[in-house]
Amino acid sequence: MDTVIKVENLTKRFGDFTAVDNITFEVKRGEIFGFLGANGAGKTTAMRMLCGLSIPTEGKGTVAGYDIFRQPELVKKSIGYMSQKFSMYEDLKVWENLELFGGIYGMHDKEIKIKTDELMGRLNFEEERDQLVKSLPLGFKQKLAFSVSIFHHPQVVFLDEPTGGVDPITRRRFWEMIYDATASGITVFVTTHYMDEAEYCDRVSIMVDGRIEALDSPMNLKRTYNAKNMDEVFQQLARKSTRKAD
Amino acid sequence: MYAIEVKDLYKNYFSKKSGKFAGIGKRQPLGDESNSVPLQGLGVSFDVKRGEIFGIIGPDGAGKTTLFRILTTLILPDNGTATIDGFDVVASYKEIRKRVGYMPGRFSLYQDLTVEENLEFFATVFNTTIEENYELIKDIYIQIEPFKNRRAGKLSGGMKQKLALSCALIHKPSVLFLDEPTTGVDPVSRKEFWGMLQKLREQGITILVSTPYMDEASLCDRIALIQNGQFLKIDTPQNIVGQFADTLWAAKSDNMHKLLEDLRKDEEVKSSFAFGDSIHVTVENGQLTVDSLKKYLIERGHKNIEIQPIEPTIEDCFMELSNTQI
Repeated sequence: MDTVIKVENLTKRFGDFTAVDNITFEVKRGEIFGFLGANGAGKTTAMRMLCGLSIPTEGKGTVAGYDIFRQPELVKKSIGYMSQKFSMYEDLKVWENLELFGGIYGMHDKEIKIKTDELMGRLNFEEERDQLVKSLPLGFKQKLAFSVSIFHHPQVVFLDEPTGGVDPITRRRFWEMIYDATASGITVFVTTHYMDEAEYCDRVSIMVDGRIEALDSPMNLKRTYNAKNMDEVFQQLARKSTRKAD
Repeated sequence: MYAIEVKDLYKNYFSKKSGKFAGIGKRQPLGDESNSVPLQGLGVSFDVKRGEIFGIIGPDGAGKTTLFRILTTLILPDNGTATIDGFDVVASYKEIRKRVGYMPGRFSLYQDLTVEENLEFFATVFNTTIEENYELIKDIYIQIEPFKNRRAGKLSGGMKQKLALSCALIHKPSVLFLDEPTTGVDPVSRKEFWGMLQKLREQGITILVSTPYMDEASLCDRIALIQNGQFLKIDTPQNIVGQFADTLWAAKSDNMHKLLEDLRKDEEVKSSFAFGDSIHVTVENGQLTVDSLKKYLIERGHKNIEIQPIEPTIEDCFMELSNTQI
């Protein structure tokens, strides 16, 4: 299996504060990789570097085959991104959002049209196609936001707390969509504060004070830390934090 | 006397932002902005006893914040009544404002003031001093005191949360309203925060707290499960779990994704959803046995099948109730 994300000794400093401290890991194609850590552990900073939005201070890294130092623009073209905060333009219609994002990622009009038809059918969204995004229920929006983020079939999609605040059924349906995406070969890099969702990942890393303290499958992590669930693993590791002025 | 008494409270509004009806109580259908429907009986009712931690638990857009804004006298209800410590939220709003603490969902302290200046400001507004009520906030404030000269806007999420709680407490309120204090907060900080709430309860403060995290329900004395403006259930977490109507099993096999698909195909299975490292399967009582389900799964090629009866969590209960009622 080939590697989609490869990071070696990656570090980011802001003045004398080391936000990300010498992290090394790989993510394989088609994997669901959970990126966990307490607030302020350095997850967002690390993710920004992987998305080509922030140049690392030290270390090496490639995402989708491109160097995050020298080819950040090519990295951006090869990835998808979705967060709870920003997903789509609320004042545009569903199809307009798809056209806009497809266009930004360099898809041709014809391809956008075919894929829009296909997506609306698959999501059972035919009736919502001409509606403004703001009028959709939260669960619909989230499904659509995820579909938009993988519309250009990126090699890897970054999901930053994608399920915050939604009801339990919608949250689970969302994860079922993630599984479908990986079945089509897309790699998923996801952060979450729901520890039951950590169990749905193939492998999970846990960041503490800028470093990756643990990285393994949920089953192995539970065995190593003698814990009955991922919440216990997380609590054991994150309590080691000494970073106060996060 | 109850600390909070709510009767048939109703507030619906057409949200231009979302293009839908929002608020608390049974929502009006789209396109019906006339308000011609009689509102009696459409609202929510509940009581909170003195010294209780009462949780309002449900997803975004369920109406939690509308409820909090009415109870803290920031907006008026369309119908129904509510009292805080016996004072009516409409007629006696000034009295209520003196005696409640409110921590809104969005961080709303002064970003340009320092930690200490914010706290001093809130103390002054309520005619008190930090010294007078320091004991009440000590355990919480002590953790951010080393940064008392830092501007609030420069604090981390966890520290902002502690400062906001300190500011909401500095006038020694009798009832504390916390609107989603732990949303977006990591599991360790969430646990810490709930520890602080238990201590405040010991000091006699009544707490109404909302959260989208179902696992926090067990930390409340009583909870209301809310969805689409309506309460699905009000009770102690133990009773809600005890009233779960179906049989619940946790299932595992070598291929979890296929397991979910196959369980969904079985007509005798009422619902199946991923729950951490297993799939929770609900079956109507007496409908199916563990052995017959195992047999069905073996026929579909599953290996290492484990099926065990389990106690439901609040999340299972919420999913069951929202399935059947809405």
